[in-house]
Amino acid sequence: MTIDNLHQLHRLIARNRFWEKIFIVFGILSLLVGIITLLALLIDMTIDGLPRLSWQFFTSFPSRKYEEAGILSAWVGTCLVILVTAIAAIPIGIASGIYLEEYAKKNWLGDIIEINVTNLAGIPSIIYGLLALGLFVEQLKLGRSILTAGLTLSLLVLPIVIVTTREAIRAIPNSIREAACALGASKWQTIWDHILPYSIGSILTGIIIGLARAVGETAPLITIGALTFIAFLPDSPFKSEFPYISFNWLQAEFTVMPIQMFNWVSRPDPEFQSNAAAAGVVLVFMTLAMNAIAIFIRYRLRRRIKW
Amino acid sequence: MSEKYLKLSPTIHLAPRIIRNLRERIVELLLLGAAISSIATTIGILGILIYESFSFFQQVSIIKFLTDTEWSPLFENPRYGVVPLVSGTLVTTVVALSLAIPLGTIAAIYLSEFASPKLREIAKPCLEILAGIPTVVYGYFAYLFVTPLLQIPLPDLPGSNMLSAGLVMGIMIIPYVSSISEDAMRAVPVHLREGSYAMGATRLQTALRVVFPAAISGISAAYILGISRAVGETMIVAIAAGLQPILTWNPMEEAATITAYIVGVTQGDLPHGSLEYQTIFAAGLVLVLMTLVFNILGHFLTKRYREVY
Repeated sequence: MTIDNLHQLHRLIARNRFWEKIFIVFGILSLLVGIITLLALLIDMTIDGLPRLSWQFFTSFPSRKYEEAGILSAWVGTCLVILVTAIAAIPIGIASGIYLEEYAKKNWLGDIIEINVTNLAGIPSIIYGLLALGLFVEQLKLGRSILTAGLTLSLLVLPIVIVTTREAIRAIPNSIREAACALGASKWQTIWDHILPYSIGSILTGIIIGLARAVGETAPLITIGALTFIAFLPDSPFKSEFPYISFNWLQAEFTVMPIQMFNWVSRPDPEFQSNAAAAGVVLVFMTLAMNAIAIFIRYRLRRRIKW
Repeated sequence: MSEKYLKLSPTIHLAPRIIRNLRERIVELLLLGAAISSIATTIGILGILIYESFSFFQQVSIIKFLTDTEWSPLFENPRYGVVPLVSGTLVTTVVALSLAIPLGTIAAIYLSEFASPKLREIAKPCLEILAGIPTVVYGYFAYLFVTPLLQIPLPDLPGSNMLSAGLVMGIMIIPYVSSISEDAMRAVPVHLREGSYAMGATRLQTALRVVFPAAISGISAAYILGISRAVGETMIVAIAAGLQPILTWNPMEEAATITAYIVGVTQGDLPHGSLEYQTIFAAGLVLVLMTLVFNILGHFLTKRYREVY
């Protein structure tokens, strides 16, 4: 090898090293773009909204006067809607997940259900709003109520619950199933006594992440006609007389946090926009807290379970 | 005595088994019912959209709907051309993707091929938080932070514009693109990388010429998911890009997307069965068809370029 060739080789190596360094810089930059935007968003919103965050903000109804307006009906509405969503989506989601993973045979029905779940996850959320408007509100006459909203969001959350349930069940080794079978347990006994208890933690993670998404979802609820100005609370579910529980609140009109925020953002006056920022801080806190709980559960599980 | 025992014995021994089999069957049927609910949802969506659009298209011709360049269903002389809404949707989507695809891909390559495991453990959840922020909050951010920021170098930029909506939407989509692409690249077998290193390639050459092509089916699935997200995104564009259906290809102008139109109209009170009520379903049908086209395209791309190791 001549000296010349050696120099060429050195130059080539240097050039490649140079491009690699450039790429690493770009890689870090593109990670930073997302993270810096996230920080800018959180800081900007907190600065705008913090002065409005007070006890009074949580305990007042919306108002024409910005300094008296609050989010009482919005956060109560969000909690009730999410309650309905959870009650509807959790059993159906887990049941579908179990069916697809443990029962479904490799035939056309299984394939169709499988393709369906994947497709449903890709449908824009506003389309679910149109389904709810056409079906729940107009055909089934459920009204623009908490029940309609909860059911709409449960359809949206369902694919997430199904997918996480399937992944959780798939992660359980077959030896568990074989052991249960060898002791004479039926299929359902195996699932109920073993598969579900072992996978419930991961399933819970998925459910919480799905519900966190439902908390922030706005478009489908606007589509079914949620109101933005609600100055009353739904009927209380607990009564002092027999039968002590009432379901009238399901039919109540409602508003939720993101819709209240949207309403305040679209107003021209900056005072209401700082109300929107305050509502946004509460909303982000709610969703991030739910995600944090999910991450915490996942972390605990990863440490505990070793097959 | 023995006669009685013989009579009883089948019931004693068989009853639990029959009950048990019956219970197994019932449970399986219940689970199947739950699984079928997903099919019912799809049928419900398509049924409602087609049913309401059908009555719409009896009053407005499909050709007019697809070719007219003006959308003014709420005016005196209503016109029903969906082109302005589609153009708004496409412009915001292109702006979002031209940010999300390069940044998401580079971030994915960096995380998969260059970053230390520790950095990856920190960076991935941070990016995933981006996907967890409610979109109405992004709308606020685009309208009241990004637009004023963009107005410093571009003083002519109107308060509602597709550029800031698209850019913020792009940031929101980065985690969708990067996390699935990264999973696809990490699934590429190590021996392909080792082969490349053995031939004297650098890490960058290996990443771009070996790992990236090998993972292209997963990466294109990530892009398709990003496109579906951008086409169907509602609150960011409704807040930051405005609600005026204007036919323009210039991202620095205001224009409504399909989703923004639906949100804008349903905020008011819509009488059931009116033509305005039916327009949102026709618009929704166009939206579903657009996402469906992208999904099918993604399916074929994935199949076409799948590498079998």
